Amino acid sequence: MQEMEETLMYAQMVETGLSKVRTEQDMSAEEAAFQARIDAGIKIEAKDWMPDAYRKTLIRQISQHAHSEIVGQLPEGNWVTRAPTLQRKSVLLAKIQDEAGHGLYLYSAAETLGVSRDELLQALHAGKAKYSSIFNYPTLSWADMGAIGWLVDGSAIINQIPLCRCSYGPYARAMVRVCKEESFHARQGYDIMMSLAKGTPEQKAMAQDALNRWWWPSLMMFGPSDAESVNSAQSTAWRIKLFSNDELRQRMVDQTVPQAEYLGLTVPDPDLKWNAARGAYDFGAIDWSEFYNVLKGNGPCNRERLRTRVKAWDDGEWFREALVAHADKQAAKTAAA
Amino acid sequence: MSKEWPLWEVFIRSQHGLAHKHVGSLHAPDAAMAVNNARDVYTRRNEGVSIWVVRAADIVASSPLDKEALFEPANSKVYRHPTFFPMPEQVKNL
Repeated sequence: MQEMEETLMYAQMVETGLSKVRTEQDMSAEEAAFQARIDAGIKIEAKDWMPDAYRKTLIRQISQHAHSEIVGQLPEGNWVTRAPTLQRKSVLLAKIQDEAGHGLYLYSAAETLGVSRDELLQALHAGKAKYSSIFNYPTLSWADMGAIGWLVDGSAIINQIPLCRCSYGPYARAMVRVCKEESFHARQGYDIMMSLAKGTPEQKAMAQDALNRWWWPSLMMFGPSDAESVNSAQSTAWRIKLFSNDELRQRMVDQTVPQAEYLGLTVPDPDLKWNAARGAYDFGAIDWSEFYNVLKGNGPCNRERLRTRVKAWDDGEWFREALVAHADKQAAKTAAA
Repeated sequence: MSKEWPLWEVFIRSQHGLAHKHVGSLHAPDAAMAVNNARDVYTRRNEGVSIWVVRAADIVASSPLDKEALFEPANSKVYRHPTFFPMPEQVKNL
């Protein structure tokens, strides 16, 4: 389980490096003042004093969030050349462009904490930093574009809206911008699902098949139950994490089931049932062994995703270097003139 | 390790705006690339009609620790606002 604590991705498993939540007794005057600001809802900014563990936790979480955006372009990139219409292709490209932008906002936020872009990318390419487990699944049909926008971006929105209020200023502000753009992603996906569900029987079957494959991995995006987790408790004390994994997952299920019903599709969970007493849906047990296996690197696409990323970086090196050479040359010319 | 690109801060003025607003940052090897990339990343939704990019290293910011000293004096000078001076109803154009 220690190994699992170290392999983490944004919002799925947070590692603070601490074995218990910091108490008043543990804190220096500086840290106590810092915690008081957090408790008062005051944002922490880049130049403010912060405990090492807070800084490290955020670097890890924000950078892995950024990596998720960039790697998240790959499953959808797979269907750009096979979109059913030019309009769908343009829209999908626009979504993929947005993911690049989201990666940028998040890398920028992480870099305010004193880490360089090169360091972050190196960690990703070496397999040391992770990205969300969901992107290790393959996209097998056009309907997957619908399911991903609807379920994956939908889940991301549920996770990201509370992050707009997190204690670290640059991260919170990046999330505000991301959330504005993410709503288009979810609607674009659901729009695809609606077209398919209202189409031919084959199209509807394709939509159902996509739902069948993406439902459980989407629920896993929120991470395992963290009721007992010290890391989650500390993250909550620092107001990085505002809701538990289970709360967010429940929210996702409750919001999404009626959406599936509207499509006339069946959620692939025989235990799914409205619980009137709770005012929420009861749902079946999640196979966490699959989740941990994907985290370990054994998901369907882990190796391919990383290979593609590393290749893109390596293949682009000549271009990045040429840009620098050009910039240096122009600067020298200007200086000499 | 290849040479890292400098950091630029991006400011955009919207169509109906008067001032450029800080919208974020990016790394680029030179000013031209910074403007092009800023256009690509920060104006996809008609956010603006004008882009400024400034090397982050050239920006000088006030220290958060100096907030009190710098901004407290203005708190007691509310007479800088016209609303501090009520004017008689019958007096126009003031």
